[in-house]
Amino acid sequence: MKVSKTYPLKLNVNGEWKKTEVTPRETLLHVLRERLGHTELKEGCGKGDCGACAVLLNGKPVNACLTLALQADGKNVVTLKGIGTPDKPHPLQESFVKKGAIQCGFCSAGMIISAKGLLDENPKPSREEIRKAISGNLCRCTGYKKIVEAIEEAGQNIKKSVGRSQ
Amino acid sequence: MEYLRPQNLKNALHLMKQWKKKATLIAGGTNVIPDLRARAVRPEVLIDISHLKSLAYIKEDKRKIHIGALTTVSELASSKIIEKWAPLLSHAANQLGNPLVRNRATIAGNLADGSPAADTAVPLLALEAIVVIQGGKEKQVPIHQFFVGPNQTVLKRDEMIKEVIIPKFNPNAKTAYFKLGLRNSMAVSVVSIAVLMEMEKTFCKKARIGYGAVAPKPIRAYRVEEMLENKELTERLLRACCETIGKEISPISDIRASKEYRTEMASVLLKRVMKRVTQ
Repeated sequence: MKVSKTYPLKLNVNGEWKKTEVTPRETLLHVLRERLGHTELKEGCGKGDCGACAVLLNGKPVNACLTLALQADGKNVVTLKGIGTPDKPHPLQESFVKKGAIQCGFCSAGMIISAKGLLDENPKPSREEIRKAISGNLCRCTGYKKIVEAIEEAGQNIKKSVGRSQ
Repeated sequence: MEYLRPQNLKNALHLMKQWKKKATLIAGGTNVIPDLRARAVRPEVLIDISHLKSLAYIKEDKRKIHIGALTTVSELASSKIIEKWAPLLSHAANQLGNPLVRNRATIAGNLADGSPAADTAVPLLALEAIVVIQGGKEKQVPIHQFFVGPNQTVLKRDEMIKEVIIPKFNPNAKTAYFKLGLRNSMAVSVVSIAVLMEMEKTFCKKARIGYGAVAPKPIRAYRVEEMLENKELTERLLRACCETIGKEISPISDIRASKEYRTEMASVLLKRVMKRVTQ
């Protein structure tokens, strides 16, 4: 088998610029997990059906498995870890824990990314809008109800904290 | 495999001409990447045009809407211009794939892939859209002539879609779109239909009907259109149309549905959309 050429890649991951070399075939998912250690995003189906690998690419939620790493060259990528940390969790992460919206946890990283994409554009979504926004993310423990409630509550909490800081 | 990132459309076309069959064009990647992974395509060169921002736009002039090839399905779904002047496309874009896919998938990719179930093709057929193709020189192909067969279009190896033009629809026209899938999200259409009807009370002046997933390519239902045009719409006529549609389509059986089910549903959906536009 022919060896593929490699190309330089520069990515801003969670605010930090990272450089590496990749082959054209490598997906953003593969590079983030295998080369840059971002195992918080998961590989489910690998073809865009499940949303477990969702990241924000220049602010928009996309499947990292359906994006070539080289297509993200020079762009901003935000993974679950970029949204909040155990010391400083994001309201979405807090509400997912509080509401029991995490069961096995495999879908959570992608769910929270899709939810973040939604709340950034629409801080007070209806339940229907929430369901639509996470329709590309499969949860096989089927905690959808709690996930929808958690996103709704996070939206309310973000609004409150924004109100306080103003 | 090599990776090339042309800086403009001209440069991209030059590379396509140079590499022909050895090259695969990639934009949103939602079709190409699964194909690469499954080794369904084995290009020597990937030509990436996803960063060509000048090909992503939705503009309107007096009579038409112009959609750049690299406009994402999300942009179609949220565009006020599309919602106002091509609501059928707005509905279809909102139901294509899922939100994560819609943020990457482009209108040109959906068309150039040539799937018989292509979700944007069905409303574009009813809206009589024109596909602007750029190769050596530019040409305009009406969408009903664009598709040739399963995953086949008129596009040659050194050509690409530059723009899709939609004539603004008559605001008095009635439209309806319906996609039947096996689930709500990430569903490949089992049958989809888009209709545009210009009516004067119960008299039909113009009918355009697009169907997806019921033939080797997305199709117009010409025979049914002809039955409806310049006629008073009666229960009896609609029943006759629902019978004729079964003869006009040529569906196959696959993992999603049988030929018989698709034929039955093509008729049921026609009845359903007709009810909506005549109400």
